[in-house]
Amino acid sequence: MSKWERLKRWLMTMRRIIRGGCINFVRNSWLSVAAMAVMTITLTIVLFSVIANATFTNTIQQITSKIDISVYLKDSVNPDETTQLLTQLKQLPNVQGVTYISKDQALTNYKKQNATNLDLLLAISETDNPLPATVQIKPKDPDKINDIKVFLDKPNITALQSDPTSYSGDRKAAVDKITHATAFMRKAGLISVLVFAVISMLIIFNTIQMAIFNRRDELTIMRLLGASTSYIRGPFIVETLLYGIFSAVISIVLLNSLFVLSSSTLQASSLGLLDINYANQYFGEHFWLFLTLQLVIGILIGTASSIFATQRYLKFKTTK
Amino acid sequence: MILLDRVTKTYGRDAAPALERVSLHVEPKEFVIIVGASGAGKSTLLKLLTREEKPTGGKIIVGGIDYDKLKDKEIPLLRRKIGVVFQDFKLLPNKSVFENVAFALEMVGMTNHEINHTVPRVLDIVGLKGKEKRMPAELSGGERQRVAIARAIVRQPKILIADEPTGNLDPKHAWDVVRVLEKINRFGTTVLLTTHNQDIVNRLKRRVITIKDGQIVSDRASAEYKS
Repeated sequence: MSKWERLKRWLMTMRRIIRGGCINFVRNSWLSVAAMAVMTITLTIVLFSVIANATFTNTIQQITSKIDISVYLKDSVNPDETTQLLTQLKQLPNVQGVTYISKDQALTNYKKQNATNLDLLLAISETDNPLPATVQIKPKDPDKINDIKVFLDKPNITALQSDPTSYSGDRKAAVDKITHATAFMRKAGLISVLVFAVISMLIIFNTIQMAIFNRRDELTIMRLLGASTSYIRGPFIVETLLYGIFSAVISIVLLNSLFVLSSSTLQASSLGLLDINYANQYFGEHFWLFLTLQLVIGILIGTASSIFATQRYLKFKTTK
Repeated sequence: MILLDRVTKTYGRDAAPALERVSLHVEPKEFVIIVGASGAGKSTLLKLLTREEKPTGGKIIVGGIDYDKLKDKEIPLLRRKIGVVFQDFKLLPNKSVFENVAFALEMVGMTNHEINHTVPRVLDIVGLKGKEKRMPAELSGGERQRVAIARAIVRQPKILIADEPTGNLDPKHAWDVVRVLEKINRFGTTVLLTTHNQDIVNRLKRRVITIKDGQIVSDRASAEYKS
């Protein structure tokens, strides 16, 4: 057989396999619908958990971004010492940014914040500016805020401070609680996504197993007639490939319409824990990535499970 | 064409053998009828020939192929050389009559042109002209049987094994089937037929092998055969 003839024959076989898979898909419509329903639901749940996790992380980010340390400087600290302190702080690995607020600026801010409280304004205007100059430190990772605290507690640095930093006492306890809780939630979010992903893989795998179990007779008949393994298996793989493609697309469309139709209801029902607008935006920004991922997952799991599930019905007897 | 040398098959360790030291030689183009009560070992014999089962002992050579030396991936090639009509038809439920028969040709890479030419001819031989588009579920037992025969003969195999092909048929259709088998045999195919039907055995006047309790108890020309 020439190379050209072999290619032609290969193409003909491929066409038959693909056509066979498509015909089976249509003729076993009930099985197809049932399998796709399960796959769509699980893929949607996974995608939903990914988006929920991202949104949740975003909310946590917003909370933790508010955490900072204020260092209150003695009035006697001279500008050189201040500059030196700022430079040292900026060199710390966990420091994202440092803001210096002078005594005057502090007073202005204070007046602005308490513009409606006449008693306080009156009290503060009767004395000299009692507010200290402040250095606000924003940590890169709130979990490791203690690194900064250790630096600030060095004797030569505490000597510059008029009061303990804002990260001490009750406030320290509160900040620590928040950072611990958010760290835990981040982990929990990631783990739940992984758990959902694994469970749905198992469910999809099982669904395909059942679908093929239902039609094991066909496999054994083709085997008895002398069809090759790939020729028997091919149409089944094509069929599950179609399940995967349809389920991925339906799942994306479903989630998209969920966002479009009921974002306000969701916003209300999520008790403010989830920022649905962010979720919507996140989904929109990653739409093509998600579609591709869903397709890849659907196709990969579908194909792998159908190969695995057909295996046992294609084996030859080896026992004597 | 078919050679069995002291073939034994035991299912399970402690069970009595389904076949015990069976030796048999079938010449090319021969027409052999195998008779015996249910459970005598007929089906086991046929399953060994299609390599659905592996013998516990003994040697099987079919069409020059020694089954001991047969690798797993060569089994499909062996099965393509043997046409089998199964007792329970084994039609593909999701394929039409035409597609069921065509499948046997498609899987060996025959072109659509050849398939469209061959399948209707064979369906005509078994009397299923005009029912090409029916699904197996829409057919009667006899019609399904004939689809199974069409599928078994469409590749013009050197050997045809027919396991009770007349079991589900009324006498008229049973004879139609037998005539088809005779016709194929005349074209040069070795035919192995198992049956319960005494009438067929008596009228065909062919070699008859009787199996009882897993052993061949008689092997003689039909003229000598008496129930």
